[in-house]
Amino acid sequence: MNSTITFATTRRILTQLRHDPRTVVLLIAVPSLLMTLLRYVLNSERTFNTIAPALLGIFPFTIMFLLTSITTLRERTTGTFERLMTLPIGKLDLLFGYAVAFGLLATFQVLVAAGISLTWLGLDIAGSVWTLLVIVVLDALLGTALGLFVSAFARTEFQAIQFLPIFVLPQFLLCGLIVPRGQMGWLLRALSDVLPLSYAVDALTHVTRSAAIDGTLVRNVAIIAGCAVLALLLGAATLRRRTP
Amino acid sequence: MDAPAIVVEGLRVRRRGEVVLRDIGFTVRRGAVTGLLGPNGCGKSTLMRSIVGVQIIESGSVTVLGLPAGGPGLRRRVGYATQEPAIYADLTVTEALRYFAAVLGTAPSDVDRVIEQTGLATSAGTLVGRLSGGQRGRANLAVALLGTPELLVLDEPTVGSDPELRDELWQLFHALAESGVTLLISSHVMDEAARCDELLLLHKGKLLAQDTPDGLRARTGVPDLEQAFLRLIKGREGASR
Repeated sequence: MNSTITFATTRRILTQLRHDPRTVVLLIAVPSLLMTLLRYVLNSERTFNTIAPALLGIFPFTIMFLLTSITTLRERTTGTFERLMTLPIGKLDLLFGYAVAFGLLATFQVLVAAGISLTWLGLDIAGSVWTLLVIVVLDALLGTALGLFVSAFARTEFQAIQFLPIFVLPQFLLCGLIVPRGQMGWLLRALSDVLPLSYAVDALTHVTRSAAIDGTLVRNVAIIAGCAVLALLLGAATLRRRTP
Repeated sequence: MDAPAIVVEGLRVRRRGEVVLRDIGFTVRRGAVTGLLGPNGCGKSTLMRSIVGVQIIESGSVTVLGLPAGGPGLRRRVGYATQEPAIYADLTVTEALRYFAAVLGTAPSDVDRVIEQTGLATSAGTLVGRLSGGQRGRANLAVALLGTPELLVLDEPTVGSDPELRDELWQLFHALAESGVTLLISSHVMDEAARCDELLLLHKGKLLAQDTPDGLRARTGVPDLEQAFLRLIKGREGASR
């Protein structure tokens, strides 16, 4: 690991984004727009309060997943990845460079969406706003890390987009938002237990209902962070200096 | 006499089930421009990928500057430019070069030097994606020049350039060779062969000949290098019949 190279990579990715202001605006605005839409579709502050925190985690997770998988795939298809592999950069330097850049972006995105939800949309949670923010930022980071990982299995951008319904939608269905996890059959419950988004939704639901920071919450947050790190390491394992 | 810059022995590479390089062996002299010539699809790019160490090889060995190809000790000493420009289209020339310079750990002034060397000063602030084909090729070359590598592996660096620019690039290559840099340059245009100090002729994954342009003319008795190359292919195919 070389922090100078990691930092240079982060700066390079943010500079690339700076040249594409439309993408940045979309990134920052879309989760907030979706939260607003949700609020008025539900048309009830009570219902909004129960499911908004979970969606506040799921929207950035999904968007960051898509963004990261496409961007890293582009790095492979344009040959810049192969060029980097002939240079003195470690695979983790590159991946952490990506994680930090997109993590910063995700934090900004989450701050805006959470800010709008908590003020204008009237979201009211029992727990601390800071705990909520930490969990949501971790969710976005998890999306980034998973996106980095799955981009290894896509050859084209069309394939990368297909990974969104494959990797994200089942997690969305099984995370406990639509049907509580306790009411699922054993097979679905087992599936739900191995998917990281379930723990994110559990943690967010907890923050909504209670101000207590208990062992379960800490465990859930640790699982989300652990999964993000694991996905990054798996992502590094899929990067190869030598290719056929 | 210095040890050779590149030593390739019994190199065999298979891509998608097909053998693209069969039992290739040669050495590349230091401080000279060696041209790797052959028609499209003859294995030039695969050979270059093997030399920079990004190609999985089936057998044989590739030694670069005394070390196994692609090793960590070589990543600051070898500059590589692929045929398709591999450079971030959504950055300006300067921004892209600054990033690669940071990865190499070279001084920021190195960026200005390579921009100057490749004649990109007037388009340094332009997004790479908005450059003309020839300019993008030069930006791609500029990345390879960062950090003053001892060996430059350039895959078709002049393709798509107009004659004037091509001439400038060849002057740059020779100036670099005079300063002690070893250059391996691929081309499928035989009129570039005459500008090389030494030639490697590749045909259907096999090394047909290694010679100087004059040596090749003398050997085949043909003054035109393209005709000389064709005669070698015919001779080879006649011999194998």
